[in-house]
Amino acid sequence: MTTAIPTLPDDTLGYRLKWTIHDYRAIVGQEFVHLYRQPANFAWQLGFPIVMVLLFVYVFGSAMDVTGQGAGVDYVAFAMPGMFAMTMAFGFMNTAWAVAEAKEKGFIDRVRSMPMASSAVVVGRNIADTLHAAVDLGVLAVIALIIGWRSDGTFLETLAAFGLLLWLRFALIWVGVWLGLLVKNVEQAGSLFAVAFPFGMISSVFTPPELMPDWLGTIAVWNPVSATATAVRELFGNPLPVGDAWPEQHAITAALIAPVLISAIFLPLAVRRFRNLGR
Amino acid sequence: MPTTTVEAEGLGKRYKDTTALEDFDLSVESGNVLGLLGPNGAGKTTTVRILTTLLRFDTGRARVAGHDIATQGRQVRRRIGLTGQQTAVDEMLTARQNLVLFGKLFRLTKAQARERAEVLLDQFGLSEAADRQAKKFSGGMKRRLDLAASMILAPQVLFLDEPTTGLDPAGRREVWDAVSGLAADGTTVLLTTHYLDEADRLCDRIVVIDHGRRVVEDTPAGLKRRMGADRLELVAADPADLDALRGILEPLADGEIAADETAGSVSAPVAEPVAALTTAATAIRDKRIEVADLGLRRPTLDEAFLELIDKEDRK
Ligand SMILES: Nc1ncnc2c1ncn2[C@@H]1O[C@H](COP(=O)(O)OP(=O)(O)OP(=O)(O)O)[C@@H](O)[C@H]1O
Ligand SMILES: [Mg+2]
Repeated sequence: MTTAIPTLPDDTLGYRLKWTIHDYRAIVGQEFVHLYRQPANFAWQLGFPIVMVLLFVYVFGSAMDVTGQGAGVDYVAFAMPGMFAMTMAFGFMNTAWAVAEAKEKGFIDRVRSMPMASSAVVVGRNIADTLHAAVDLGVLAVIALIIGWRSDGTFLETLAAFGLLLWLRFALIWVGVWLGLLVKNVEQAGSLFAVAFPFGMISSVFTPPELMPDWLGTIAVWNPVSATATAVRELFGNPLPVGDAWPEQHAITAALIAPVLISAIFLPLAVRRFRNLGR
Repeated sequence: MPTTTVEAEGLGKRYKDTTALEDFDLSVESGNVLGLLGPNGAGKTTTVRILTTLLRFDTGRARVAGHDIATQGRQVRRRIGLTGQQTAVDEMLTARQNLVLFGKLFRLTKAQARERAEVLLDQFGLSEAADRQAKKFSGGMKRRLDLAASMILAPQVLFLDEPTTGLDPAGRREVWDAVSGLAADGTTVLLTTHYLDEADRLCDRIVVIDHGRRVVEDTPAGLKRRMGADRLELVAADPADLDALRGILEPLADGEIAADETAGSVSAPVAEPVAALTTAATAIRDKRIEVADLGLRRPTLDEAFLELIDKEDRK
């Protein structure tokens, strides 16, 4: 070979720290190319919440009395924040799918055989997915504004509400990474929808838990998705479900804490799973 | 004294109900190309994954590029390149973007990564397709991109798991050239393959593996000798010429002549294949016989394995 082939610099600790950051950036850059290369995919992912909005707001919403002032009153204002929360909740499936695909296609193995920080696959995924979620929220918010939803909160409150939504999504990324590494292949990752659906729906997203049978209502009240949905309703000044259970009375606190608990459980699980790939 | 770059002793790996690898020894001299030849499920991928630190093993120990694979994984990974059995490029990215990404992950600067990408694209015949998404590539093009990515740093040891499976003859030649080039520059190569001709063409030594155990190790020439001689086969265009062909083959044969009347072919083992082939070709031309085919036949790999494994069993 004629041209000189570059070689790796020395392997000191300082070098490793510096390059770990560099690796994260390279992987996030790669994820951006994905986003920009797959507008269709992106549209599909948003398609589901949009269909749900139309279905619930226009088909079922007219029959729902969420404010005690009659069926259909204020349903858009009630359902939209729930929609935002549900989109965040379902987001972990995208993460799981992407991780399962990287694993199945051998990309993770290649990275693990390279002298790079292999955590970059996971951390890069995390950063990219959070940014992805922010874009999702932006698009949904525009649709919500078009069909008549408004935030009555101050600018800061509104911003805080979107922050809480991303906070939930961020915590669920670890769930997605863990599940993505756990499943055998991409098809199995797709079937995770069976888990995601009740997790997103048995909550206060579309229906106040008070309208559900007692046992189901209790599950819905304690579902982290409900906490986030209720908290952002509070911040947006949208109608609230009227229950008096602790998570409903302290929705903002609950929406702050629940993601911490989720991370505390699933981050170590995801890390362990990643380390055990060599089994 | 030659040094060894890959040295494994007593490697063993069990999955729940299968023994993928058992008491496996391997040693590759620096700058050599070693071929791991074996049928499906023999344990080739398992060996490669263990030596590249991707898979933990149960027994034995191994050193790669002077470092212990169990305790010095990072040091090993700094010195190896791997092209796994599956093609592991990012299909959403273009060929160039893939190579630049992997270049960056190999800690090259942006400029270095770009420059290296250009060289490799050219070397693997991908320059024209450089800006197309990898998902639109044919299987062979993807494979070449994959190989290029594992050669970014000209590793001390390159592991290639079935590098040419699914490639057309031109694609295989490009891969062979690239591997030979690296080996000539001093890279040690361990490759797995199902193809005897590939092992023959590229490897200094061949290890035959089956059921997770090493069956035999030899040079390609030695292995071929063990596997029985080449056969010279002549196929007549007109079955009436069969006897004339038998007449040509008789003096060249180093064993019994087999004839297939319906196919119009005669074949026999020959001691000096190339000489026999040219002699036969000349005789056929002189006698103006029309032949449908004329060539050397080697035992298929499956036959070779059966034969080798049989021999081992008889011992
Ligand atoms: N993750 C796994 N779990 C259980 N068994 C496995 C696993 N991976 C491999 N095996 C088994 O180990 C044995 C060796 O497999 P390996 O992949 O090393 O074979 P190979 O020689 O690479 O075959 P091929 O030519 O098909 O690629 C096989 O019997 C296989 O079924
Ligand atoms: Mg294999």
